[in-house]
Amino acid sequence: MRKTILLSAATVAGLATGAASADTLSDIKERGKLNCGVTEGTLGFSARDASGKHQGFDVEFCRALGAAIFDDADAVEYIELSSKNRFSGLSTGLVDVLYRTTTWTFSRDVDLKTSFVGINYYDGQGFMVPAELGVSSAKELEGATVCIETGTTTELNLADFFRTNNMSYEPLPVGSPTEAKALFIEGACDVYTTDASALAGVRASLKDPSAYVILPEVVSKEPLGPAVRHGDNAWEDVVRWTQNALVAAEEFGITQANVAELAKGGDNPEINRLLGAEGSLGEMLGLDADWAARAIAATGNYGEVFERTIGESTPIGLSRGLNALWTEGGLQYSQPFR
Amino acid sequence: MSKNGAPWQENFKFSMLLYDARYRGLTIQISVLIAFLLAFFWLANNVVQNLADLGKPIEFGFLGDVAGYDINQILIDYTAQSSHGRATLVGLLNTLLVAFSGCVAATILGVIGGVLRLSNNWLVSRLVAGYVEIFRNIPVLLWIFVCMFTFTALAPSPREFRGADPEASMLFMDSVALTNRGIYIPEPLFSRPLGNIDLGIFFVSIELLLILACLIGGWLFVRKNNARALQIQNDTGERPATFLVNLAAMALPTIIILIALGFHIGKPELKGFNFKGGINMSAPFIGLWLGLTLYTTTYIIEAVRSGIQAVSKGQTEAALALGMRPGRIMSLVVLPQAMRIIIPQLISQYLNLTKNSSLAVAIGYMDLVSTLGGITLNQTGREMEAILLLMAIYLSISLTISVVMNWYNNRMKLVER
Repeated sequence: MRKTILLSAATVAGLATGAASADTLSDIKERGKLNCGVTEGTLGFSARDASGKHQGFDVEFCRALGAAIFDDADAVEYIELSSKNRFSGLSTGLVDVLYRTTTWTFSRDVDLKTSFVGINYYDGQGFMVPAELGVSSAKELEGATVCIETGTTTELNLADFFRTNNMSYEPLPVGSPTEAKALFIEGACDVYTTDASALAGVRASLKDPSAYVILPEVVSKEPLGPAVRHGDNAWEDVVRWTQNALVAAEEFGITQANVAELAKGGDNPEINRLLGAEGSLGEMLGLDADWAARAIAATGNYGEVFERTIGESTPIGLSRGLNALWTEGGLQYSQPFR
Repeated sequence: MSKNGAPWQENFKFSMLLYDARYRGLTIQISVLIAFLLAFFWLANNVVQNLADLGKPIEFGFLGDVAGYDINQILIDYTAQSSHGRATLVGLLNTLLVAFSGCVAATILGVIGGVLRLSNNWLVSRLVAGYVEIFRNIPVLLWIFVCMFTFTALAPSPREFRGADPEASMLFMDSVALTNRGIYIPEPLFSRPLGNIDLGIFFVSIELLLILACLIGGWLFVRKNNARALQIQNDTGERPATFLVNLAAMALPTIIILIALGFHIGKPELKGFNFKGGINMSAPFIGLWLGLTLYTTTYIIEAVRSGIQAVSKGQTEAALALGMRPGRIMSLVVLPQAMRIIIPQLISQYLNLTKNSSLAVAIGYMDLVSTLGGITLNQTGREMEAILLLMAIYLSISLTISVVMNWYNNRMKLVER
C-alpha cells in the first residue's frame, strides 16, 4: 500500500512536470535500456533464478523487445510491480511496457487509460486445494476459505462464481503470491485461487506437489498480454509487432537455430519481409531492418519460448492448449507482415 | 493598531509597509501567506488539469458503482453487489473496530505495566523494562507480521478438528474454537427475536436497544438511590443498605427481558470446511489487534511511569502517614494526579494506534485502506480520488479522537484557584 501511495504521489509529481513523454521509443533509445514491468515472482512467468536474474515467459518477451530495439536482449531493466501498483507504475512512466500476467479487460483498457497490444497467454482462473480434502470440483467448495491476491480480476471472478452457484465462502485477501503460498500451506485457507498458469507454477514450487490438486473448473477468461500507456501509437506498434514476429516465426518454422540462415533471404516473401531481407518494415517501426530477426535470435519463436519456460518439459508443465497456433487448433495468431 | 501609533492615516505612504517596523512584520507575513496559497493552488490546479487532460477528471461517481468483491469481516450488511461507497463504509467500521479494541487493550495493559515498571520487585520491573525496550524499538509492521504468522502457524487448522480422534479439540466445554483462521466464540441468540430497526445505512436490533434501555434505567435508579442514602446518612448518621436494591435494579429487568426473548448461547460448530455459528474473530483481526496493542502498550507504559514519577514523593508519604494501604495510595492519591500528565500523551498514542491500523493491508485485514485504498482503488483506477478520500477520512477520525480526548483532559485538569 505504501508503494501505491508513493506511486500516486509520484503521479502528481510526474504529471506536474510532464515526465510521461509522448515518444516512448526515443526515450528508451536515449536511455539505452528498456524498463519492463514484471511480477514480483510467479514461477515460469517471471521470477529470479538462483543467480538473481529474471527468468520466465514474460521475461522472454521483454528480452525480445530489448533485442529488437538495441540488438541486446540484456538491455532490459526488470521492475517488479505488485498487482496493485502495476497500472500506476505504467502511467507514471516507471515502466515502458507491462509484461505482468495482466488480464485484458474492458475497464482496464478504456477506463484506466492503458492500451493492451496483444495476448501472449490465454489463461483462465483456477482453484488449487490440498488433495486430502477429497474435493474434485469447485462446486463442492461451499463455505471454504479462499486465499486470493488483492487487486486482481480474480477477486471479482471469485465473487461472481460463488454467487452464480449460490455458495458462500470466506475470502482471505493477501498481498503477494509468496504470502498466499505460506498461508495456503499452513491451512489458513482451504483454496488458493489465481490464474491456472500461475497455480501450476505455485504447485511446482511446493515441497510435495502431488499433495495438491488443481480443480478442473476454469471459471473465467483471462487473456494475459502486454500493456502500454494510452496515446503513444508508435511504441504500441513496436510492442505489438515484436510479439507478432515471435508468433509468426513459429508459423513459418523460423527458429533460434535457423533464423540467421533464413535472414539472408529465401523464396518466401513474407519471411523475407519479416526478417528484413525485403521491404522496409523495420524502418516503418523506427527500428533497424533486422529487428525481428534479432528478436527471434535472442529468444526463439513463440513455441520455443513457451516450451523453454512453462512447457510440458519444465516443472511448470503447462500444455499449449489454447495457446497453440491457430493452425493447430489454438488461438495464437499473428496479423500478416505486409 | 491606530491606538499605539501616531495619527498615521494622514501621512501614510506605501513605502512604510516595508520600512516602518510597525508594518513590516505584517507585510512579510501576508506576502508569505499569499505565496504559499498561490503555490498550493498552482499544484492543485496542475493536478486537476493534467488528470483532466489524461481523460481522468477528478470525480467521485465511482462510489456508487457496484463493488463486485467480497469482504471477510462485515459489521453491517454487505454483499459483492453493494456499492464501492458501502465497501468504504464497511472498511471504515473495521478500522474503527480495531482502533477502538486496540486503544482499550493498550490502555489497560499500559496502566498495569506502568505500575509494575515501578515495582520494588527487581524481577518484575526488569521484565517490564525488557518488554518495553524490545517492543518499541522494532517497527510495528514487523510485530503485526509476527503476531499474524505465529498465530496462523501455531493454531490448528479446522481440518485438524475433524475425524473420530481429532488432533485438535475445542476449548471451554466445546464452546470456543481456536483455529488458524480465527477464534470462534459463542454468540448470544434470541429464540423470540423482535427484529431490527432500519436506520437507512444500517440496522439496529430492538433487543439490544431494550437491554441498553434497561441498563441505563437501572444506572439512573442506582444514582438516585445512592443520593438518597447519602442524604439519610448526612441527616441521621446512619447509611441505609443499598447494595442489594442497586444490584436488583441493575440486573432484574435485564434478566426478565432476556428470558422473555428466549436468550440462549449459540456455539460454533464444524460444518464443511469451517466452523459455522458463533462470532468469528478472524486471524487478520487478531494479528493486527495483538500487534498494535503490544506495540502501543510500551509507549503507554512509559507515559504512565513518567506520570507516576512526576507526582511528588511527599504525596505518597503523606498518604502513608495517614495509614493508607499501598494499593489505595496508588488508586486514590497518585494515579488521579498522574492522570493529568498521562492524558496528553495518551491522546497522541491513541492517534498513533489509529493511524498505524492502516498497516492492516499487509495481512489482509479489510480496513479502510484495504477496501477504499486497495481493492476499490485498483478496480476503478481512481487513485487520486481514493487517496484524497482516505486522507479526509483519517483526518476526521484523528480530529474527533483529539477533540474528545482534549475535552476529557480539560475535565481532569487541575483546577487552579
